Amino acid sequence: MRPVYMVSGGVTKFRKASPDKDFRLMVKEAFDYAMRDVPNLTLEMIDGTVASYFSDHFTRQLMAGIMVQDYLGLCPKPGKRVEGGGATGGLCFQAAWEAISSGRMDVCVAYGFETMSRVNTWKGNEFIALASDTNFDYPVGGFYSGYYAMMVQRHMYEFGTTVEQMAMVSIKNHGNAIHNPYAQSPMKLTVEDVRSSPMVATPLTLLDICTMSDGAAVAVLASEEMAAKLTDRPVKIVGVGTGTDAMRMSDRPHGKVPLLPHESPDDYRNLKYPGIHSFRGGRMASKLAYEMAGITNPLEELDFVELHDAYTSSEIQTYEDMGLCKYGEGGRFVEEGHASLEGKVPVNPSGGLLACGHPVGATGLMQAVFAFWQLQGTIQKHLGNDRLQVKNARRGAIHSHAGTGTYIAVSILERGS
Amino acid sequence: MAEEKVKLPETEEGTTVYNLDPIIIKYHYEMNYIHSYAQDSPFFAGLSKGKLMGSKCTACGYKYATPRSHCMECGAKTEWMELPLEGKVHTFTTCYFGSEEFLDQTPFTLILVEFEGVNTLFLSRVIGIEHGKVHIGMPVKAEFLRLSKFKPTDVYFVPA
Repeated sequence: MRPVYMVSGGVTKFRKASPDKDFRLMVKEAFDYAMRDVPNLTLEMIDGTVASYFSDHFTRQLMAGIMVQDYLGLCPKPGKRVEGGGATGGLCFQAAWEAISSGRMDVCVAYGFETMSRVNTWKGNEFIALASDTNFDYPVGGFYSGYYAMMVQRHMYEFGTTVEQMAMVSIKNHGNAIHNPYAQSPMKLTVEDVRSSPMVATPLTLLDICTMSDGAAVAVLASEEMAAKLTDRPVKIVGVGTGTDAMRMSDRPHGKVPLLPHESPDDYRNLKYPGIHSFRGGRMASKLAYEMAGITNPLEELDFVELHDAYTSSEIQTYEDMGLCKYGEGGRFVEEGHASLEGKVPVNPSGGLLACGHPVGATGLMQAVFAFWQLQGTIQKHLGNDRLQVKNARRGAIHSHAGTGTYIAVSILERGS
Repeated sequence: MAEEKVKLPETEEGTTVYNLDPIIIKYHYEMNYIHSYAQDSPFFAGLSKGKLMGSKCTACGYKYATPRSHCMECGAKTEWMELPLEGKVHTFTTCYFGSEEFLDQTPFTLILVEFEGVNTLFLSRVIGIEHGKVHIGMPVKAEFLRLSKFKPTDVYFVPA
């Protein structure tokens, strides 16, 4: 394996609807931004691409990826699409990493997008719910917010997690987004605001749930030699991990927790794992990424995390999967402020999916771009203010997650020397 | 001799236009699928006979409340087994919004049912109880539609 660096990135402003731009133009905008940030990079130097988009239904256009490839002027270079639900962006990032790491390419562009405004929200919910077993699950009342609601009901039952703790995730992430001009829904909120917003699926309210969005994001990855030619602020990708779990929540086992180095079997003697309260794939992805990066205590060794908070509940569940705290402590972790901007490990300083929006194929790459800027120390340059800049950020994690924890990709990024 | 002008015949159907800059139009799109339940078919046949059919691994004995014809634990073939018609609520939620297909049914309550001695769970709906009163551990029993539609909603649960 060769070392792999991220050398540039770009995102469009995520919006509820961007009817003035189709997916090709949105990617072009993010791509041009990334190209401008590394002026030494020319189209000729790009060896190939990986495209990230989730649903052909949303675009009503099969093979949308190749239309982006030709729009960017990158034909006939190598390219392909990867897809894994909500984790598509994270998987795409890792596919680009693989292309560089294997030596197949020296510069690889990962681009992602989703245009979800082309149908109304109810139809969009239906498209997303088709990512559940269409024999046994979808026809019963297919609705992703319902699935996550059932998962957190069990988390509350097992660990005593409260709806107020969930609301604190919403407050934190919407609040961070006030300083992020790319975010769709910056908001100053109270627990009361979150709890009194319309109930969607008990206990999740509208403000516990991310929105559908239009948007695109681009990450440019390079070999060590090319990174040195392109930028004096490269960011090294020091670990990648992916995990999976059964499509049907009903099939999730009740076994033992795969332990991280800082945990012991005694921590979880009576816990049946993952059940439906936790994401086993998230634990697996984290464990593999940490092993590659040499991380033994993530809370001490990560300076920030951008994670897949499609729901306030899943952010709490993910703290635990990623080992930022023990299983069962996620609610208290946010309540005690550890995930806040000034906390022990700021989680979703960008505002996350809850506040930035969730144009599915772009989301995982958006996390990579914000993490890249954090580690470069260039938040001021790209966001126009430095309120979200994590001071002396040296190492961060990005975490991309698909439907009820089916595919999860975790990557560790580190400031280059 | 004057040449005869060729013209494409036109209809009076129009286009629904929402916006002119950019132009946004309505595009209708629908389809029928020829959906085969394939190896899961006996489960749906079972529903029409008032039975819940699960799977049992012929090698390791793992029991599935939602059937699958090969074991997720060891890869061996499973055999069909009848599930008990009573179980407990493992988790639940009441949906006030949903996908377009189910929007007119809201609010409805989804549950995952656990059965004694069975390793996995089963997704269904519960009725016959106020939405706020459903709780984890609540005993429930299966009821079946008289006129089967060969869909997983042919079975639903009520408080036991």
